[in-house]
Amino acid sequence: MTESNFKRFVEVGRVVLLKTGPYAGKVAIIAEIIDHNRAIIDGPTTSVPRQSYPYKHLTLTPIKLVGIPRGAGTGAIRKVAEKEAVSEKWEKSAWAQKRAAIEKRRSLNDFGRFSVLLAKKQRRDLVRKAVFKAKKA
Amino acid sequence: MARSKELVPGVGRLSRSQVAARRGLYKGLKKSDKPAVETPAETVEKAVGGEKNGGKRLVPTTKAPRYYPAEDVRQPKKSRKSPKPASLRSTITPGTVLILLAGRFRGKRVVFLKQLESGLLLVTGPYKINGVPLRRVNQAYVIATSTKLDLEGAVDEKFNDAYFTKAATKGSRSAEEEFFEDGKPKAKEALPESRTADQKEVDKVVLAAVKKTENLNKYLKSSWGLSKGQFPHQLVF
Repeated sequence: MTESNFKRFVEVGRVVLLKTGPYAGKVAIIAEIIDHNRAIIDGPTTSVPRQSYPYKHLTLTPIKLVGIPRGAGTGAIRKVAEKEAVSEKWEKSAWAQKRAAIEKRRSLNDFGRFSVLLAKKQRRDLVRKAVFKAKKA
Repeated sequence: MARSKELVPGVGRLSRSQVAARRGLYKGLKKSDKPAVETPAETVEKAVGGEKNGGKRLVPTTKAPRYYPAEDVRQPKKSRKSPKPASLRSTITPGTVLILLAGRFRGKRVVFLKQLESGLLLVTGPYKINGVPLRRVNQAYVIATSTKLDLEGAVDEKFNDAYFTKAATKGSRSAEEEFFEDGKPKAKEALPESRTADQKEVDKVVLAAVKKTENLNKYLKSSWGLSKGQFPHQLVF
């Protein structure tokens, strides 16, 4: 059998990111696949209630839980999710951190944006000076 | 009816029975003796010359106008509404940093001091930081930011609308007279020293407040603008 190019699959135990709805931006776990459009997701550790969700509004993440039986209840999923530390794993990922950074930047007020501009200027200056020094040496 | 204020011409606020109740005629007619005002006589007897003119004649004291409109003209309804001064936006409080959007200083970040009676906002640069003097601006042309300075003490009462109005020049002057003198452009009138002193006095408090926060001085000095992909309704101020 040839290796597939796909790395992430819709499967029970797959951690997904919700793109729309009241829980947008949170991650949940696929508990059961309903059909080729929807799955039952559950996020006991991320306060996402058990519900059916269209794949259209989900993004698959590289994180996957093993050892969850098909159609497992909230309690069972919580146990595995806590053991595997899904929330921490997600929050530590570069993807989640970038999302948080974008969110943070967006919520800054005018003075905050100006302060970022100043800080970036200073960083640029330091880098430029260091590069100049390194080139000379 | 005077009691039943008109909602639209011909329709009163109160119903017929409500008006009757308010007039209170069931209590009996009100009697009040007004002091008799002597009405000036409508006509005056004047002596007239000429034999066949009867010697005298009754002449009205006030002459009737010679002109009258041939057709009845309907009187337009008088509006009794008067504009109220604008209420201050809740996000604007003394010490709030505002972004000016119109006028000579558009894009500048300034400090709000107080609202004047006319509803205009009194702002200052401060002048030393960004060159914006004490100035009145309309709050419609202003973005209020969430950055606030902690100003100590209220602004002097003398800074009111009258402070900013120019004295009216009497009589008509030609444009030539206004701008030229002996064929040369007129020299600019110097700003009275009292103005610069006032500016300094007001800015002293503001500058002291600016010093308390790092980078705030630079912030006020820089001007605001939108870059590519930025939309004011999506930004947080």
